[in-house]
Amino acid sequence: MNKVQNNKAWFLVLPVFLLVAFSAVIPLMTVVNYSVQDIFDQNNAYFVGLEWYQEVLSDPRLQDSLARQFLYSGTVLLIEVPLGICVALMMPTRGWTASLSLIVLALPLLIPWNVVGTIWQIFARSDIGLLGYVINGLGIDYNYTSNPVDAWITVLLMDVWHWTSLIALLCYSGLRAIPDAYYQAARIDRASSWAIFRFIQLPKLQGVLIIGVLLRFMDSFMIYTEPFVLTGGGPGNSTTFLSQTLTKMAIGQFDIGPAAAFSIIYFLIVLLVSWLFFTTITHLDKDKVKEQSHD
Amino acid sequence: MTRSKRIGIISYSAFVLLPIYWLINMSFKSNEEITGGLSLWPQQFTFANYQVIFTDPSWYNGYFNSVYYVVLNSFITLVVALPAAYAFSRYKFVGDKHLFFWLLTNRMAPPAVFLLPFFQLYSSVGLFDTHIAVALAHCLFSVPLAVWILEGFMSAVPREIDETAYIDGYSFGHFFIRLFLPLISSGIGVTVFFSFMFSWVELLLARTLTSVNAKPIAAIMTRTIGASGVDWGVLAAAGVLTIIPGILVIYFVRNHVAKGFALGRV
Repeated sequence: MNKVQNNKAWFLVLPVFLLVAFSAVIPLMTVVNYSVQDIFDQNNAYFVGLEWYQEVLSDPRLQDSLARQFLYSGTVLLIEVPLGICVALMMPTRGWTASLSLIVLALPLLIPWNVVGTIWQIFARSDIGLLGYVINGLGIDYNYTSNPVDAWITVLLMDVWHWTSLIALLCYSGLRAIPDAYYQAARIDRASSWAIFRFIQLPKLQGVLIIGVLLRFMDSFMIYTEPFVLTGGGPGNSTTFLSQTLTKMAIGQFDIGPAAAFSIIYFLIVLLVSWLFFTTITHLDKDKVKEQSHD
Repeated sequence: MTRSKRIGIISYSAFVLLPIYWLINMSFKSNEEITGGLSLWPQQFTFANYQVIFTDPSWYNGYFNSVYYVVLNSFITLVVALPAAYAFSRYKFVGDKHLFFWLLTNRMAPPAVFLLPFFQLYSSVGLFDTHIAVALAHCLFSVPLAVWILEGFMSAVPREIDETAYIDGYSFGHFFIRLFLPLISSGIGVTVFFSFMFSWVELLLARTLTSVNAKPIAAIMTRTIGASGVDWGVLAAAGVLTIIPGILVIYFVRNHVAKGFALGRV
């Protein structure tokens, strides 16, 4: 669409700008401010430059939770994206079953995050939970509060339960937007269902998948409440992710300087990875368009 | 629809519903029964857990607090995001792309990062422990997403409609509210769905910015964990009650969801 050049449009954007500036810029500047000072009390603060950054970057606690965080987000994306696409392909397209499956799928998305943790706690505990009871009944020793592997599996399963629906719903709406003519053409060509998926459905899903992968990456990278309720970060530190390490540092130990430096690094990592995702995906897209125009 | 597809979707739905069923099952049991042994439905059906919540103001006020700031958040989000999205979809102006990207970066800020500064900021302006503080804090996540979604929907409406309206002599306000908004009603529905979703489910900021008067239900739930162990029955009942508003919202927007989840840009 060709847009008109008009700087008066700034007046329409101004409320958003002021609102977000108030709740984003001021706090962010506060964090930056803390991250370069050593603060003893109201009147005693010293400029320490990048000292906190160096300290935090060489802190094994941060390195460990960062590694765990990447492993976690990576695994979550690898499971949820293909599973979400599969679920979207299986969803009924018309009638009351379509509405029903939409409602069922959207359900986990609208449950408060700590309740998600509670639900899985009640469901997976080996003494009162159905899942824990059944697994132990099958003769497999399972206890997520004492075994790190079990804890990981439980947290991952919870995340899959919680968020696969988002990918599925995004893909479902992407699939609905494909005109029937495409499928008719495929039927005339006697395309296999794999070919239909690969050459018709998947390319059309690209737009929503970019959004889905970005949202899932960002949210899984910031995960806090669900594992906090479910495992409390344990056993040991095995399910302590970045946000929890950070809140422990800022509120538990009140190490404001290092916590602020940590915050800035954390934010920059999310920004950087999101930007990398976004540019690689859109570049791939451009290359493809170029290739096609050469043919 | 083929049979394997039907089996697939039914088994996935079962996977989604099973933990929720277990929560509901627990909420109708007494604590003795919960810890006593496993049963697939309550042997001694009881409403006692729900009674605890409905008779204690410090419990049920938590629900009112949560609903109050979520509604407030959705309202503020819509009011500021609608004109901004219109500007982004219709006009080019100095710094538009940067502004749009900057808005989106706020969606990428981990809430844990903003915990302490938010607390100090809202305390210093006297908003601590008010509903508006939580609503404003949640705007940080809901506004960028809302602008993004609405911009997609608005760009799908042809420009000619705006121009025709101006030629016919409509003022901007009249055109925008009476003619334009109805055209993007499903976009508005989806925006409300998303702002509701991210505000209703968020706990970290909501808990930090409140102490008594505006405390959300999710934070009140932690009191079931006491010295004598966990009050599983009441915890489950409180959990069940937090799911209900979500179901209502999905029910109202179900016809827009299929179109709307594509965020208008397929």
